[in-house]
Amino acid sequence: MSAERSTLEKVEAGLARRRRKELLFKLTGMFATAIGVVFLGVFFATLIAKGSSSFQQTFLKLDIELSAAALAPDGELDLRYADFDALVRSALRAQLPEVSSREERRALNRLVSVGASYQLRELLAADPGLVGTTQTLWVPASSNVDMLIKGDINEQDDEALRPLSDQQIAWVRSLDEAGRVDLRFNSALFSNGDSREPELAGIKGAVMGSFYMLLVTITLSFPIGVAAAIYLEEFAPKNRWSDLIEVNINNLAAVPSIVFGLLGLAVFINWMGLPRSAALVGGLVLTLLTLPVIIIASRAAIKAVPPSIREAALGLGASRMQVVFHHVMPLAMPGMLTGAIIGMSRALGESAPLLMIGMVAFIVDVPGGFTDPATALPVQIYLWADSPERAFAERTSAAIIVLLGFLLLMNLAAVIMRKRMERKW
Amino acid sequence: MTITAMTEATTDNPESVPAPVTGSGDNDSVSRDFVLPAYTGQHTELGEKTVGNVTCDDPFMIAEDVNVYYGDNHAIQHVTLEIGKKEVIALIGPSGCGKSTFLRCLNRMNDSIETARVTGRITLDGDDIYRKEQDPVALRARVGMVFQKPNPFPKSIYDNVAYGPRIHGLAVDRAELDNIVFSSLERAGLLKEVKDRLDEPGTSLSGGQQQRLCIARTIAVNPEVILMDEPCSALDPIATARIEDLMDELSEDYAIVIVTHSMQQAARVSKRVAYFHLGLLVEVDSTDTIFTNPQHKLTEDYITGRIG
Repeated sequence: MSAERSTLEKVEAGLARRRRKELLFKLTGMFATAIGVVFLGVFFATLIAKGSSSFQQTFLKLDIELSAAALAPDGELDLRYADFDALVRSALRAQLPEVSSREERRALNRLVSVGASYQLRELLAADPGLVGTTQTLWVPASSNVDMLIKGDINEQDDEALRPLSDQQIAWVRSLDEAGRVDLRFNSALFSNGDSREPELAGIKGAVMGSFYMLLVTITLSFPIGVAAAIYLEEFAPKNRWSDLIEVNINNLAAVPSIVFGLLGLAVFINWMGLPRSAALVGGLVLTLLTLPVIIIASRAAIKAVPPSIREAALGLGASRMQVVFHHVMPLAMPGMLTGAIIGMSRALGESAPLLMIGMVAFIVDVPGGFTDPATALPVQIYLWADSPERAFAERTSAAIIVLLGFLLLMNLAAVIMRKRMERKW
Repeated sequence: MTITAMTEATTDNPESVPAPVTGSGDNDSVSRDFVLPAYTGQHTELGEKTVGNVTCDDPFMIAEDVNVYYGDNHAIQHVTLEIGKKEVIALIGPSGCGKSTFLRCLNRMNDSIETARVTGRITLDGDDIYRKEQDPVALRARVGMVFQKPNPFPKSIYDNVAYGPRIHGLAVDRAELDNIVFSSLERAGLLKEVKDRLDEPGTSLSGGQQQRLCIARTIAVNPEVILMDEPCSALDPIATARIEDLMDELSEDYAIVIVTHSMQQAARVSKRVAYFHLGLLVEVDSTDTIFTNPQHKLTEDYITGRIG
């Protein structure tokens, strides 16, 4: 017996190896998780580092003389023809009287944004009585000045490679010393549509475009998706046809999104004649895109309702409709809503299919309806990332932050809804 | 009529054995392409007849030559059985013998299984429950069911009991509904325990209470027959005893068909016992006879513990 190893000895012999394997496995898992967390951290850190500066914008304080002679030479104020640029320019020159040559004056004029004249026009439109007075206003500086103030322009660089000359930098510095340069909250980013001037470009047009699109998408895809899921799960006979439909729905969920864009272009724009670049068409395309997601999620939610609940209701004499609407739907609703919101967040982040239906156009006006030309947040990000101006880089990051914020909110809503509606059985 | 055991194979007249009817997958209607044989105790495929006495004094539900097919599987074969008014009849037998399947034929719960096909004839108080015009919804209001696992709806206790009366429109106003709910809970012996917490979810009750809630929910519709599919298998002995007492009381008003794995339970609660084996109804007789003097070898083997 002594030559025979006991069971305990055999087990102990292998124990060290087992523990080593377990430790190795644990470490591998921790390493994988750490990589994911690090990448996520780097992503958010760079995004916030790059984008946060765009929530502020450089403004110049100018004393603008709204002279009656310049604005209303005929004694009548006509906002359409009034030369606001001239008023802004002369106010700027008044701050730097040493500027004399035509060349220099032009360089000086480039320090202030064209947005300054828009601001004046709005001011006078609101209160025409200001004609003849002198107003001290904070007007937006040009994006290059903005970049300089935010430290994105290196003064050590070769002058020819820099958007601002030594002289322009000197002017900005002297204005700064006079307390006439300030970083303030960039409200234009949230209240304006797109613009060629970075300091005037905002995401409102894109946000509204995305909003209208998602409104179309949710009102169509949720009822259709849920109805399809209920039919397939509760009423459809299980045969070769329903299997075929199931396989196709699953495949549809995996179809590259740009294909849906092509479909939308062919069907909604070319065949049905709907306007291009419209949120309506975008919403329809995104409906096609999210339908499979919602159907699959809803079917899973319906399947998860315990059959005992169905049997209980059937046993009491409930009709199949009553079983579905009194028992299955309320229990499956959290899952269905989660699926819908996940589908919506996918739709919100989608850009490729929108390129196909013309929503990639440069659109300045904020869309006011479903058929107005519009663009969407991810497409706006794509457009800005493509723009050469240095100042668009930070706005791209800002738009990404806003988009991620919306996605986060939607996912949070899904979690909260699930938690609140979850019922135990 | 009493039929004694026939161990030797009988030479069946092939015409008297109804052929399984192939055809429609439509479960709401049962094919009537065959002529029912004379009702003389059933021929089974083994060439045996059900032993004992399938009839009773005051039949209320009558199953004649019932066959159930799941696809190609002949799950219930030529079962004929009478269920009396206000009697408790227990269906016993080893797992997979078809007793639950037969039970579910009695309120057409098999309709929801797509591959299931039922042939034969089942009448409830003279009405064929598988006739075309019979709406299963109306049938289930007359034949209630209690399931193996307590399955209250994830709603309040009140709503659980009120659900049946609500969908069938049994109460005209809130007062009448209250009345139905309270009397059903009372009869299910649950009112005392829950009358202060009717708004709490039914799932918050203990297992035994949940099962009594399910019984209250069933009798709230005021059915004529109550089917119970192993109602105590998920309960502890004390809860089981309460349910059994309840069955005793309920049998004064309802016919109760109970499927059970516990022979003690069958002996305690039922007046008659039907023993199923591999889809065949082997023996039916009074509870006393089955447990003291079974006539068929299979029944004897089962109750003495040699099968199952």
